[in-house]
Amino acid sequence: MSEPAKVCDGQGCDNPAVVQLTQVVDNKSTTQYLCKECARAKGISAQPPSSLDVSDFLAQLGESGSSESESVTEPCSFCAMTFDDFRESGRLGCSHCYTSFEPRVRRLLSRIHGAGQHAGKVYLPPDPSSAELDRRIAGLRRSLQHAIEAEDFERAAVLRDLIRDHEAGQR
Amino acid sequence: MTEDYFLIPDFGLDWLDAGGPEADIVLSTRVRLARNLQGHRYVCRASAGDREIVFRTVARAVNRGALPPDTALMRMNELGRRTQQILLERRLVSSELIGEAAPDSGVGVAVSSGNAVSVMINEEDHLRLQCLMSGLRLMEGWNRVDKLDEELGGLLQLAYHHEFGFLTSCPTNVGTGLRASALLHLPGLVLTKEIERALRGITQVGLTTRGLYGEGSEFVGNFFQISNQTTLGQGEEDLLDHLNRVVATVITKEREARQVLTRDAGAITEDKIWRAYGLLRYARALDYVELMNLLSGVRLGVSLKLLPSPPVYWLNRIMIFSQAAHLAEAAGRTLSTEERRAHRAQYVRQALRGESGSTTTDPGV
Ligand SMILES: [Zn+2]
Ligand SMILES: [Zn+2]
Repeated sequence: MSEPAKVCDGQGCDNPAVVQLTQVVDNKSTTQYLCKECARAKGISAQPPSSLDVSDFLAQLGESGSSESESVTEPCSFCAMTFDDFRESGRLGCSHCYTSFEPRVRRLLSRIHGAGQHAGKVYLPPDPSSAELDRRIAGLRRSLQHAIEAEDFERAAVLRDLIRDHEAGQR
Repeated sequence: MTEDYFLIPDFGLDWLDAGGPEADIVLSTRVRLARNLQGHRYVCRASAGDREIVFRTVARAVNRGALPPDTALMRMNELGRRTQQILLERRLVSSELIGEAAPDSGVGVAVSSGNAVSVMINEEDHLRLQCLMSGLRLMEGWNRVDKLDEELGGLLQLAYHHEFGFLTSCPTNVGTGLRASALLHLPGLVLTKEIERALRGITQVGLTTRGLYGEGSEFVGNFFQISNQTTLGQGEEDLLDHLNRVVATVITKEREARQVLTRDAGAITEDKIWRAYGLLRYARALDYVELMNLLSGVRLGVSLKLLPSPPVYWLNRIMIFSQAAHLAEAAGRTLSTEERRAHRAQYVRQALRGESGSTTTDPGV
């Protein structure tokens, strides 16, 4: 289904179309090709968060005046990615990038997600420290509470077993 | 060896069975997790050697039982082009994994067809775990993919940060790494012109909508995919709860719209549905978008019980098996565009006539 790029059908708009909107009205299927802006104006979100949006966010960060010292960040010590590389691609190169560019990444994340602290599942690495185990158990308790509230007793039983196993491992 | 899996006609297609809740409106539920291995460059910075190490590390975990025993592990560069395309058409791999920009080695997928779970290796992230099921089953999907994550996470050192959660190549996935979606068929809202308002509402509550085949794809056949947008700051259950509530509301609105249609435009609606059925039943050439739009009418007719058959399951099958690579596979050769349109129409005619194993009786003749 690969077709040549189309121009947006929005009035007076010549942007490249990114969305095909097909509607069946009066037994006729009408197809409109829309650019991102026109789709958004119609209340249709053309695309999920993508590298494009990340670049937008990064551009905004630049405008909101990052300090001198931050704009000359060293490249990532592990993968050698620079912040400019990231700005261009919207993809980070490795786990160390998160710490290499930490202040900027933190700001970026809170813009994208409206939050900065992970509140989901706590990962337990193959050889966990006792602090990691504690955080993990706390996370499982939150999920357990949720399962009980949702009356998902099968899930609750699984979680209880997991918690018991971890607590046994702690002692 | 790997391509033998495609001798099994329904490999990876349990989600077509229309057995889940609300399956007449919700085609499928997908829950996916993005994960990376600690100490390895992400795919965008990885060399062929880096990818190979990651692939082998994951393959070892798969072989040590991280995935169910029926799992098939495939390397994309060992599969023919058509087989890759079939995996894409069955939604088991993404276009990133087989497209022109995809790396030429070290990428693959592990599929447990019987458990509706799969893991893409070296897509945008080292691991993309997914569960794809029929109907609206977000919590069940999450439970299955979480179990898989536990198994893999116990054997592999994953990239995780106590503040940012699971680390991903794109910052939009960081935290839970969870993207959950439901694929909804919403002809009622489209025909009553309520769809734009509904989509705007969905965006306003922090969710996104897109077309049938995910990122950047088109809205075809009145199918809309609704998914969470953010991944950091909320627990998985809360993200899924929110999505579930919104999807349930959209389903209610869709059912209301269908009632309005049958009440205020019953004759017109019935005529439209039978026309769509008639075209599918007798057309000699169909392109895919046209087919999807006609199937939408038939699906609506079956859901409203204006058409006695075919069952939803059969409509789902037609959607998948009338795609380009599936038609070429059935023909045993590459088809030109014109041939494909003809083969597609023929396949649909046979399917609706009750051949190819369908138990459907023809109500139209
Ligand atoms: Zn436009
Ligand atoms: Zn890095």
